[in-house]
Amino acid sequence: MSATTTDTVSYLDNTGDDPTVRARLVVGDNDFHSVTEKVCGIVERPQPKLWWVVFAISSSLTLVLLAMIAYLVTTGIGVWGLMIPVGWGYAIVNFVFWVGIGHAGTLISAILFLFRQRWRTSINRFAEGMTIFAVMCAGIFPGIHVGRIWFAYWLAPIPNQMSMWPNFRSPLLWDVFAVGTYATVSLLFWYMGMIPDLATLRDRATTKIRYYAYGLLSLGWRSSNRHWHRFEFAYLLLAALATPLVLSVHSVVSFDFAVSIMPGWHTTIFPPYFVAGAIFSGFAMVVTLVIPVRKIYGLQEIITTRHLDNMAKIMLATSMMVGFAYSTEFFVAWYSGNAYEAFTFMNRAFGPYAWAYWTMVTCNVIVPQVFWMKKFRTNTILLWIAAVLINVGMWFERFVIVVSSLSRDYLPTSRGYYRPSIVDILTFLGSFGLFFTLFLLFIRFLPIVGMAEVKGVMPQAHLDRPDHRGHGDYHGDISGTEVLS
Amino acid sequence: MSNGAENAGLYGYLARFDLVDEFLAGATQVRDAGYTRWDAHSPFVIHGLDAAMGVKKTILPYIVFAAGLTGAAAGILLQWWTNAFDYPFLISGKPLFSLPANIPIAFETTILFAAISALIGMLALNRLPQLYHPLFTNRSFKRATDDRFFISIEAVDPLFDPIATRELLESISGRPIEEIEDQP
Repeated sequence: MSATTTDTVSYLDNTGDDPTVRARLVVGDNDFHSVTEKVCGIVERPQPKLWWVVFAISSSLTLVLLAMIAYLVTTGIGVWGLMIPVGWGYAIVNFVFWVGIGHAGTLISAILFLFRQRWRTSINRFAEGMTIFAVMCAGIFPGIHVGRIWFAYWLAPIPNQMSMWPNFRSPLLWDVFAVGTYATVSLLFWYMGMIPDLATLRDRATTKIRYYAYGLLSLGWRSSNRHWHRFEFAYLLLAALATPLVLSVHSVVSFDFAVSIMPGWHTTIFPPYFVAGAIFSGFAMVVTLVIPVRKIYGLQEIITTRHLDNMAKIMLATSMMVGFAYSTEFFVAWYSGNAYEAFTFMNRAFGPYAWAYWTMVTCNVIVPQVFWMKKFRTNTILLWIAAVLINVGMWFERFVIVVSSLSRDYLPTSRGYYRPSIVDILTFLGSFGLFFTLFLLFIRFLPIVGMAEVKGVMPQAHLDRPDHRGHGDYHGDISGTEVLS
Repeated sequence: MSNGAENAGLYGYLARFDLVDEFLAGATQVRDAGYTRWDAHSPFVIHGLDAAMGVKKTILPYIVFAAGLTGAAAGILLQWWTNAFDYPFLISGKPLFSLPANIPIAFETTILFAAISALIGMLALNRLPQLYHPLFTNRSFKRATDDRFFISIEAVDPLFDPIATRELLESISGRPIEEIEDQP
């Protein structure tokens, strides 16, 4: 089929899978200026009422989080439901959950960049922001989990009064370095990509405060091509550095478990299994956030149905990987002939925490199967519901891993049943408050779509000559629909 | 040809373009005319513009590579110094210093150093932050971050001539060009 005979392709529907037709990544009658208007408008116009309602709720929940931390610090770790044998409870579950959420942001901004997946441009800023806020939420939990948090500096190699150093052969310390590096690099990447867009906000500023604030943040960016050249190179290098980094972070998190001798934890499948799960949960969170945001702020022409469709396909693929890992764990438990390992997995599926295990399987393996059908990938309501269920399932995955193994280990005499206390639950809810508060402030003050990158994948950005058409999934070849500004 | 007295107070000329094609063609012509102190401004990266301008490839990758090696060395040294030398940390009879156990931290410090140097190196090579620039005094230049493309030629360019340069820019952009003052 030649590109000139595709008049039937709708102006707004860009979800076709016909490889001879390049899908437009910005649909509708948009030019560079309309993209600027739409994205900057979010920051420049007053926020809708709903923003204030959600902000009131989320900032209140943040206060709950702070109150719970204060209560924990002043009273002691006994306010949590932790006990022997389950010495790792909600705090570690939440830590792994939030770090995992972050991974989609880096995947979109770095790995998809290296693979030249140009549809990433509309959602990468958004997803990177989510990464940073999720990692901030994650960082809280190990910090408060140490109990006496005034000793948290022991985690860092700081010369101290005991003349002692941290043990560098412990995965827990690797975690400190991995998550610390990850947070730093994500922040750098996020900020660097934002500099040109902050300059756009500076140049549109109508008030002195905005002019100076965005002026300072954009560092005097003047869109010079000599600058763009180095900027692009730095971007490429950061993407190349962030790619192995993101794979390493959840691998190191999984080492926390895998290097122990606990049945159900001591397995070599953990690093890839954790990374796949992290990307799975992260995409689910991106979809959960992006669907309401694009609707409320009218970004459907920039974050199009095709973007949602692609993310649903990634969720489907990673769901299968996670499901495969679940079954491999069972296979290995049987094939290894290790009685403790076999018991642990029978216990997971049919023991006291079977309810959590089957919640996890339902949400993570069964629910995503609906994405085989295009209707579920493109209908925003169905997609949103599925994504929320995946978030729930991925939280339960971490709960199952942490709690079910600890509650039934080698000795039947030291078995227990872990129940979270109200403080555990409120701290967890409070971390969502912090996450959403930061997210709402991000929407309010910063450009949530990478305008400079989106403009670069619009048809107008490319030369009107066949040999300059470029390759792949990024601009319209549909005759009659190209609009040069 | 540059005349210091004549160009006093002049930063340079600014030409505006509306379309990517014209902009790229214009950049090629300015390059071929032999100018060296000039720049092209666009709201997003335009592929082919580096070649059209004759921009040399940046040395940034070498800086980042060196920083990465420094990070790796720092990570290894830190672990050797703290756990094997300054306070020998004997755990389960394992060797005090063994590379496999020390790779994860060394990997993270490599990435950390390299990533920080990528951002700082990029800014330093670009001489940013530079909060004031003569171009910022021009109102239409504000669209360089929105939807228009600009070429600026500085008055300090050895080939700069108040009349010939103006004519060149007007011929390639097809509209009157603007003068940018150096200091207000």
